[in-house]
Amino acid sequence: MTKKTMIKAITDAMDEELTRDEKVLVFGEDVGKNGGVFRATEDLQKKHGEKRVFDTPLAESGIIGLSTGLALQGFRPVPEIQFFGFVFETMDQIAGQLSRIRFRLGGTRKVPITIRAPFGGGVHTPELHADSLEGLMAQIPGLRVVIPSNPYDAKGLLISAIRADDPVVFLEHMKLYRSFKADVPDEAYTVPLDKANVVKEGKDITLIAYGAMVQESLKASEELAKQNIDAEVIDLRTVSPLDEETILKSVKKTGRVVIVQEAQEQAGVGAHVAALLAEDGILYLKAPIGRVTAPNTPYPFSEAESDWLPNKGDILEKANKVLEY
Amino acid sequence: MSEKIIDFEKLKKIGDEFKTVKILSEDGKLLKKNWEPELSDEELFKLFKQMVWSRVLDERSTKLNRQGRLGFYAPTAGEEASQIASNFVMDKKDFILPAYRDVPQLVLHGLPLYQAFLWSRGHVDGNKYPDNFPALPPQIIIGAQYVQAAGVALGFKLKGQKNVAYTYTGDGGTSQGDFYEGINFAGAFKAPAIFIVQNNGYAISVPRSEQTAANTLAQKAVAAGIPGVQVDGMDALAVYEVTKEVREYVLEGNGPVLIETLTYRYGPHTLSGDDPKRYRTKETDDLWRKKDPLVRMRKYLENKGIWTQEKEDNYVTEVQAQIKEAIDKVENMPKQKISEYLKNTFSETPAGTKQEIERFEAKEGK
Repeated sequence: MTKKTMIKAITDAMDEELTRDEKVLVFGEDVGKNGGVFRATEDLQKKHGEKRVFDTPLAESGIIGLSTGLALQGFRPVPEIQFFGFVFETMDQIAGQLSRIRFRLGGTRKVPITIRAPFGGGVHTPELHADSLEGLMAQIPGLRVVIPSNPYDAKGLLISAIRADDPVVFLEHMKLYRSFKADVPDEAYTVPLDKANVVKEGKDITLIAYGAMVQESLKASEELAKQNIDAEVIDLRTVSPLDEETILKSVKKTGRVVIVQEAQEQAGVGAHVAALLAEDGILYLKAPIGRVTAPNTPYPFSEAESDWLPNKGDILEKANKVLEY
Repeated sequence: MSEKIIDFEKLKKIGDEFKTVKILSEDGKLLKKNWEPELSDEELFKLFKQMVWSRVLDERSTKLNRQGRLGFYAPTAGEEASQIASNFVMDKKDFILPAYRDVPQLVLHGLPLYQAFLWSRGHVDGNKYPDNFPALPPQIIIGAQYVQAAGVALGFKLKGQKNVAYTYTGDGGTSQGDFYEGINFAGAFKAPAIFIVQNNGYAISVPRSEQTAANTLAQKAVAAGIPGVQVDGMDALAVYEVTKEVREYVLEGNGPVLIETLTYRYGPHTLSGDDPKRYRTKETDDLWRKKDPLVRMRKYLENKGIWTQEKEDNYVTEVQAQIKEAIDKVENMPKQKISEYLKNTFSETPAGTKQEIERFEAKEGK
């Protein structure tokens, strides 16, 4: 057990899978000699060689198409998209192609691909670097969308994603890369996909979050505790498909819910969670479902991030509204 | 400045260096004796039979579509030399990534005909490929097969397997980003891929001249730094010989090659309502009919004493029987189940999907 940042935990996960399974390949723009623009693949090429960890030409559609071809040849590709805002360049190869291969070939082929990509606000990146686009991915049948919120989950979820026979989009929040360290086992371990995590138990209200909003929700829960409100905080971890059981169980207990996402109101997966509660959990609810989201504009110019991004204060305000209903 | 640095006219004419490779004249005579493929009489007749098979399949498929017994169909008549002679070169372990018009190659590569018909009708069983069948179903998204081919080819290279990935697109497809990314990636990785552009002059109604100012499509290979070659796509011997040389070159570890075949489709773009009379003249059609790849091969084989009308007639009867057998089989396939669709979507079925499966299985009366 060592205290590690999330980025180090991610590097370790790839390192261990590259060692364990010779079919694992890591590639993308600047992931080789350079070790990635965030150092996520630092030293991996040196250790595992240029045939296992390599750079590609600068073209996202090519990178993901390459992954599908390699997967059809029996490899386990772990491609990187440098920033998830660049996913539009390869939407067909993700949404039109690899996510459908298994279905399209009647279950006779699989494409065990893990697409890694950083996203997320709060670090003053230039345009189209920080956008939360997980909602687009969550609408694609055949894909899993995983978003870790801490170093321990990041390593265990990434190992699970790489070992899974289905394609996974693994989104890494840039603000979480180095903002804190946590205990991470030095050996390989897995955190199950499709399972949410109750990061703090409580009985008065459920805060459902993912990515950087998990930390904000935990901070909000500390403030709520000062008001004698015992909040339960759920980290979705896999945002598609949703862990319906954990969500419904929690809301059945608390009767009140606030769904928190960094994405705009019309984006993300918050509306999907709300619809699930409306359909299967309406009789548990003592108050309308609350949602905390960013405003419905394109991602802000970097100087406006702090005004635009949802934070602890927004969560507190919404939670109190739901509590006072 | 006394002298201009750039000779724009010369630069624009770079495509002139890409000369069309021809071996057979329109009346079946050898234009280049030294280029005649080293094929035995038996192999030549086999190649011709495959071309006849494809023509008969096209005629029957068109009729079956009109009768509502087939669904989506993209006619192939006219493209037999381009499609069949290129495929004829390939090894059974080479990996084919066809576009939607490339069903004949897929069947000749090993897909049972009835499955090709199921694909046309829109039935999942048409796409259930055995583990060892190196192929993808026909690609609908134009260009997608090109980037995937780069990946399949890199896979062969990494495994040290001596096979190629081969893929097809049309003239319109060369305008796609994925077309360029595919040939460029394969080039950068020196991957064993063969990219075939079947230039039949039209992308639905848009003539080739409106796709690009480039005077050949083969020259687009220059942008990827790979060899490009243009061949008479109505000349089976030229397509065969060029593809064969290309495959050998690619297998030597030299990286990919782009082949442009100059061809024509006698029919419409697809049978889903396209009317070529809106954009093509009878004169153009007649001109290309004179170049018919089957007529040319027939004459060539006749001169060699390999072919007789009787042999062809017998074979056509045989093919028609095969087609009938395949279409009869297709019409007796069980209906598709949504529960099976749900099972096929993931390898590890998510909890929510499990519930959906149960719901549909109950409906389907399982």
